[in-house]
Amino acid sequence: MSERTATIASRVGLHARPAAIFAEAVGALPVEVTIALEGDPADDAMDASSILSLMSLGAANGQVVVLRAEGDGADEALESLVKILETDLDAE
Amino acid sequence: MQSFTGVGVSPGRIVGSVRQMPKAVSEPPAGEKLASSTTAEDAAVTLRAAAKAVQAELKQRSVSATGAGKSVLEATALMAADPMLIKGAVKLITNNDTSAERAIWESAASVAEMLHNLGGYMAERATDVLDVRARIVAELRGVPAPGIPASDEPFILVADDLAPADTATLNPAVVLALVTSGGGPQSHTAIIARALGLPAVVAAVGVESIADGSAVYVDGAAGSITLDPDADQVAAAEAWAANAATLAVFDGEGVTADGHLVPLLANVGGAADAVKAAAAGAQGVGLLRTEFCFLDRDEEPTLDEQVTAYRGVFDAFPGKKVVVRTLDAGADKPLPFLTDASEPNPALGVRGYRTDFTSPGVLKRQLAAIATAAEGTEADVWVMAPMISTAEEAGDFAGMCREAGLKTPGVMVEVPSAALTSETILGLVDFASLGTNDLTQYAMAADRQLGPLAALNTPWQPAVLKLIQLTVAGSVAEGNNKPVGVCGEAAADPALAVVLVGLGVNTLSMTARALAAVAAVLAKVTLPEAQRLAGIALSAPSALEARARVRAELPVLDELGL
Repeated sequence: MSERTATIASRVGLHARPAAIFAEAVGALPVEVTIALEGDPADDAMDASSILSLMSLGAANGQVVVLRAEGDGADEALESLVKILETDLDAE
Repeated sequence: MQSFTGVGVSPGRIVGSVRQMPKAVSEPPAGEKLASSTTAEDAAVTLRAAAKAVQAELKQRSVSATGAGKSVLEATALMAADPMLIKGAVKLITNNDTSAERAIWESAASVAEMLHNLGGYMAERATDVLDVRARIVAELRGVPAPGIPASDEPFILVADDLAPADTATLNPAVVLALVTSGGGPQSHTAIIARALGLPAVVAAVGVESIADGSAVYVDGAAGSITLDPDADQVAAAEAWAANAATLAVFDGEGVTADGHLVPLLANVGGAADAVKAAAAGAQGVGLLRTEFCFLDRDEEPTLDEQVTAYRGVFDAFPGKKVVVRTLDAGADKPLPFLTDASEPNPALGVRGYRTDFTSPGVLKRQLAAIATAAEGTEADVWVMAPMISTAEEAGDFAGMCREAGLKTPGVMVEVPSAALTSETILGLVDFASLGTNDLTQYAMAADRQLGPLAALNTPWQPAVLKLIQLTVAGSVAEGNNKPVGVCGEAAADPALAVVLVGLGVNTLSMTARALAAVAAVLAKVTLPEAQRLAGIALSAPSALEARARVRAELPVLDELGL
């Protein structure tokens, strides 16, 4: 199990356009990725490719989230996702 | 030559081909199971394919969209095949043998409820999930997706009725005219059509039977739709197109043929509207709807938010009058923090000024925001309360305005009791503005949204005209020349505008689109003529007769195609 943390950089938090961009990126990866707010139990983690899950997670600007994945390519996948979360997607 | 007759609500003559708006998707019956010939695995595959197809369609549309519409479509496209939504549905198919249609219906309902409970921005997205659900069910059933058809070819849209949400997807560059079998003159369809300047006919029984692609002639003034138009009708449509250019220009002064001034003002719903109205020559704002600041919100907007929103409007009209209507929530405009959605009879419930009885403070803070916004602008800011029923309420409102430092308080006259007591009311406030849409619905006891009552629900009703006459008479009796204006849809009908002027109304406020047409007709009529026509309308036995008799005396209407 690989695990990475990321700080949400988008000013609106992880919903609307930033959530759409992130969910789409997760969906294109070969591994399943979960997302949870830092400090929440791993069992409560949600499917990171679901925009509806991301929206219900409600991660705000500056909040830290934990990404988890398993299997081949998990580390690289998480690395790429951390980069997305730590960019202000709403500004682009 | 087959034809249909309805109520013309927005003028214009046009020839085009018909596209029927697909019917709303009906709910799959509760407990609907898989067909015996289908396995759960097959149903899950079919559902995923349908979801992917809807996603592709929405994605395709997002490519050509721009701005806010584009990001909404992109996000909605993702929702269509969202794992949370689809997994929930597949679980119902696998565990309970639920049909694919019913499964996606229930899964989306629980997702929408979850979003709704999160409140704020998320709650607004619940509607998107339900929209996606309807599209997937339509795809599964093999019927056209709900909503206004996507098309590159211009068409005449035929529907049961349009909802406020349809406005967002209605592209006036592609839709030539609106025809509905339901709705009335005050329905959303009518309001949308007038705002966009599209010819429209509502309550036209039988139009749902017109086949897609049929050529029709629509006359939005006469209220007629004709299949297979003849040469005369094609010529009439061409003449209208030529005339429309001249009817689009208003020189900025409303005046009758004999020089009687009738300032023509605009109804606006925000700063963007106000800028457009000022560009269209409006002589001020006769109705600033402040709901735009409040709708789609769970909480009251802050003072600063309100000040910014109002100032944007004031800045568009330096040196001109801007009449602000305080919050008009309730009935068809519910607000979670103000109104009770469970009222059995919301049109007769706690709405408009009355929300101050149940939620005191909101109005006071709004008046403070208006006063702050008015400081340092050059606009002449007037304030009025909606749904005033008694002189006592008018006096209380005037007191609140004075306390806030607003010097010109007034009232909307939309409840018949206010029209009947206007002399006393105008003794306590500085002006009255007739809201003819609600005044008509209350005078005739006919719900504005009901198609079958369309014939009752028109401001041409002699009883409504009588109430307008009484309101003016009250002002005369009060003795201080306090102005009485009209800010309902009635003012946008050029023939009715003449009657209103004849009844003694001082100013007319309307959608900015209608300014030029109303000005063009007023310029052809003298005040004594307008008074004579008002007399004709008042004594007519029905609204239809009142309209027909007045129009017969105004040949200019036919010349202009209005």
